[in-house]
This record gives sequence, structure tokens and C-alpha cells, in this order.
Amino acid sequence: MTITEKILAQHACLEEVFPGEFIEANVDLVLANDVTGPLAIEEFEKSGAKNVFNPDKIVLVPDHFTPCKDIKSAEMVKILRDFAKRHGTKFYEIGKVGIEHALLPEEGLIHAGDLIIGADSHTCTYGAVGAFSTGVGSTDVAAAFVTGKVWLKVPPTIKFIYNGKPLRFVGGKDIILYTIAKIGVDGARYKAMEFTGETIRYLSMDERFTICNMAIEAGGKSGIIEPDDITEEYLLLVAKNKGKFNRSDRDAKYEEIIEIQVDKIPPQVAAPHLPSNSKDVREFSNVRIDQVVIGSCTNGRISDLRKAAQIAKGRSVHPDVRTIIIPATQKVYHQALREGLIDVFIQAGCVISPPSCGPCLGGHMGVLAKGEVALATTNRNFIGRMGHPESYVYLSNPEVAMASAIRGRIVHPEEVMR
Amino acid sequence: MKVKGKAWKFGDHINTDDIIAARYLNTTDVSELASHCMETIYPDFSKKINPGDIIVAGENFGCGSSREHAPIAIKGCGVSVVIAKSFARIFFRNSINIGLPIIETPFVDKIAQNDVLEVDFDSGIIINLNSGEQGNFVKYPKFLQQIIESGGLMQWVKEKYIK
Ligand code: SF4
Repeated sequence: MTITEKILAQHACLEEVFPGEFIEANVDLVLANDVTGPLAIEEFEKSGAKNVFNPDKIVLVPDHFTPCKDIKSAEMVKILRDFAKRHGTKFYEIGKVGIEHALLPEEGLIHAGDLIIGADSHTCTYGAVGAFSTGVGSTDVAAAFVTGKVWLKVPPTIKFIYNGKPLRFVGGKDIILYTIAKIGVDGARYKAMEFTGETIRYLSMDERFTICNMAIEAGGKSGIIEPDDITEEYLLLVAKNKGKFNRSDRDAKYEEIIEIQVDKIPPQVAAPHLPSNSKDVREFSNVRIDQVVIGSCTNGRISDLRKAAQIAKGRSVHPDVRTIIIPATQKVYHQALREGLIDVFIQAGCVISPPSCGPCLGGHMGVLAKGEVALATTNRNFIGRMGHPESYVYLSNPEVAMASAIRGRIVHPEEVMR
Repeated sequence: MKVKGKAWKFGDHINTDDIIAARYLNTTDVSELASHCMETIYPDFSKKINPGDIIVAGENFGCGSSREHAPIAIKGCGVSVVIAKSFARIFFRNSINIGLPIIETPFVDKIAQNDVLEVDFDSGIIINLNSGEQGNFVKYPKFLQQIIESGGLMQWVKEKYIK
């Protein structure tokens, strides 16, 4: 069996599972946010259920439109807050809250071998620690609030084998953008993506989170990386308990095996309006930009800010580029402050936003006007994703984003760091 | 169960931002969500369609975010069924869970804008009443059939767990 099949079998209390099989599995953690949570709560209340299955396994994270941008979003967050008080579930208030997929691992709520569902498509992020995690809808979450279970179709797995050491200024973001460009936005539809190969050894946990975060952009049900000593060290630090390490069997069956030579991949940029429109950064050197956003559940972690600060240090962003830095969580923010990164950003002319999804989904804190162009370290560049339907979003890693903010057009970080 | 309605054709990779833009996600009101359905790519869609009409699309319909607001907006417009070559997986499960019928079939290629279709869920047959052509689709597996027959996931949970 593959690592994914093993975790699913364990949670469905079965010896074995097969791709295509429908199972009912026990969940270790259920997540909802300020967009999807209110719907789930409404469904839960309508069902007539009195209690949740286990309040410690339910996490409500108001991260999308917070600090609340308008009355409606304040009402949505209030629904979460009241529910959490009533049922004793976990809830992160402003001052503690961060972007869900950066926050949950940091809070030690995720372990290897866990099965996690969340009413948010990027719930697939936690595969980075060797967990099975997948995005579901609000009704799935409402049902799981009651039952502690979820219905799943066991996915077939595509195995990706990455070889070689990434070049300078190339990280998890470039590897996953390159992969999505290769297989397309539905190349892994309904499937588990297992990321393997010697390259993984070169990737920190933050890079691994970035890769698994974007499995959904290839249509994947989940992304997963076999836990190793890097995972172990991380989990013991944040969660005290590493969970259950699973490995794919040597004779595990894969639907497809794709090999990718990483040491030749240059920094990638995905052009509007699909993450699969990804190419060598140098192909975009005539693209002028109005805004740069460095943040999100994809690239708003401490190592992302360190990389951006390295480029920004002693330089100024282009006068025509609004540069918005969004630490993904309070801990990331605090750490960046202690390390002097925030200083670097402010001196370079960037603005720092509190942890929030903010402009990633065109919510607030940097929405685009008609005709404007942004370069963002986020994960989606769909039409209108960051604002006006006629605005344009390019995607990149944090170094490319900061170097481009400095130059006012999309550039290879080398151009700035020479 | 049988439905009949006019086809509204869309292309491949219609994403959840196309179906309902994020700026409308600060509500769960069905009629408000419905009024903005498809607005980004098809202004006034919600005003033009009639109850029972059918959305027909290409590959990967509903890709993007997990927002259940998307199938809710579609169902709220009165769409009776969505027919596509394939669906994004979260959209697929959300639709089943809220009781919006969806069908996966390559017969999409035999359907043009404004064709009138008849869909028979029990026999798994679609008839294009304009061309007279007929196509099959795979019926839901038993597990999903139970959820659909209960009227959606919460109803099923209620019957099984709450009573
Ligand atoms: S940062 Fe963007 S992609 Fe991530 S959870 Fe928030 S809105 Fe979704």
C-alpha cells in the first residue's frame, strides 16, 4: 500500500483499502474558517445535534476577512466565536489568529499519520508532515462535527520523484509550480500526490508545506511527503508528539510515476489566470507590476520572510510598487520582528499587514483596481482573484517577488543580488 | 427522477471564483448568492435562466476553492442538474452533500447552447430533444445514492446518528 492508503485504512479500521473504494473514516482534526464555518455551524444546528463529537478536535480559525473588514464579516466571525464558547471547541481570537494552514502545524495540532479534514481547499498543506489531509465542504464539516467521521473515496496515487539539488533562489514554490505546469490544473484530479526523491532531503519543513499546499492547484485530493528526520525534529519541537510515521511499501501501486530533474529548474512565475501557466522567470522581464504581496498559507512563513528580507536589505522598493508583507501568523510576525526583518521591510518601503488571508482572495488589505498587475507569493491567479475582474495576478516565490518589487517589473533575483 | 431544461454551455476549468466571486462570500443567504451566480464570466446569468435549466460544461468544473457557496448559488438559481465532462473533487462532494444533482459524461460534446435536455436519473440516460441524440451516464455508487436519497449528507447523518 502507499502511505496514503495506509493512513486511510488505519482510520477506517480496515486491513487494506483500494483506490476507488468508498470508506467512512475517523478524523483526528476538523477545521473551518470564517468563510466556511458559519455554513457548517448553520447545518449543525439545523440537524438538531446537541453536542459535537469532541471539542478538542474541532478548530475554528477566523483568518480570511480578519481583522473584520465589514459588518458582514464581523457577523460571520461572531458565529464562530459563539459556537466555540458554547461547545468548547478551539477558536483563535485576533491577537492569536494566523492563516489556518500555517497556524495549525505551528500550534502542534498536526501529527504524522493523522487524518485531517478542513472546509478549505488548501487543507492539503498538512501532507508535508506525512498526514492525510484534504479540503472538504461546509456540510462535510458539519457532519464531522456530529460524527467525527468523513466519507472518502480512496484516491489513486501519482508518485513524483524529484532528483537533484535546487538552484539558488529556487524553492518549494518553484518545484510545485513547475510540476503543475507539467501536469496541468487537473493533472492530479481526485488523486493523491506523493512527493518523493532525493530533492526532498534538501527541503526544510517550510518548503515542504509550500509544495503540499499547492497539490490542490493540480486538482489533487491530497499531497503527501514521507516523514523523515527533518519531519521528526519539527514535530517534536512544535507538537511534542510526532504521531505515526508511515511509509509506502516497495510494491505499492501507483497510477503514474513522474520523474523531475530539479537541478535545472529556474525560478518560476505563473502568468494569469492559471497556476499552470508557469515558466522561467526570465520570460516575464517586460511585465511591469503595481503591487507585490508576500504572504499567504503558501509563502508567509518565517523562512519566506527571511528570503524576502535578504533581497530587500539595504534596498528600496520601486516607487510605483505597493509592497505588502503579511506574516502568516503572530509567531511568524514576532519572530520576524526579533530578527530585524520587519525593520528591513519598513526601511525598504513595504507595509506590514497583520496575519490575514487579506488580498490573497481579494478580500481586503490590498485589493486590485481594474487593469492593475500584481505579483504575489500566493497560490491562485484566477480571474478576479485579487480584486477587479480585469486585474492580473502573477505567482512566484518570495525572492522573485521582492526582487521584482525593487525593480518595478518581474525579474530574476540575480538581477538585484549581483 | 427526471428533469427537463434548457442547456447553458460553459467551457473547461470553470472555477469557484467564476461561479461565485470571493467578494460575495461574506453571506450565506441563498438568494443573494444565487443573484451573483456566474456573474464574473456571464453577467446577468441568474436573471436569464429559468428554473429547471441545466448547466453544461467541459472538464474540471468547480475547480478552485472549497466554497460550498458555489453549488448553493447554482442550486439557488433553480438549476436542476450540472452536466460536465468532469468535476473538481471538492465541488463534486459539496454538490452531493447539499443535494445538487451532477452528472459526469462525455455527451457534453453533443450538446449546444439552448438545446433542451431531458435527464433520467434512474436509467442514467440524457436525451437531447433538439438533436434527438441520446447519451448514457454512470449512476452514482450505492454509498452516494444513500446520501442523495436521504436528501443530502446532513439528512443522512440525522437518520443514522441523531434520530
Ligand atoms: S491565504 Fe489564501 S489560499 Fe491560503 S487559506 Fe487564505 S485565502 Fe486561502
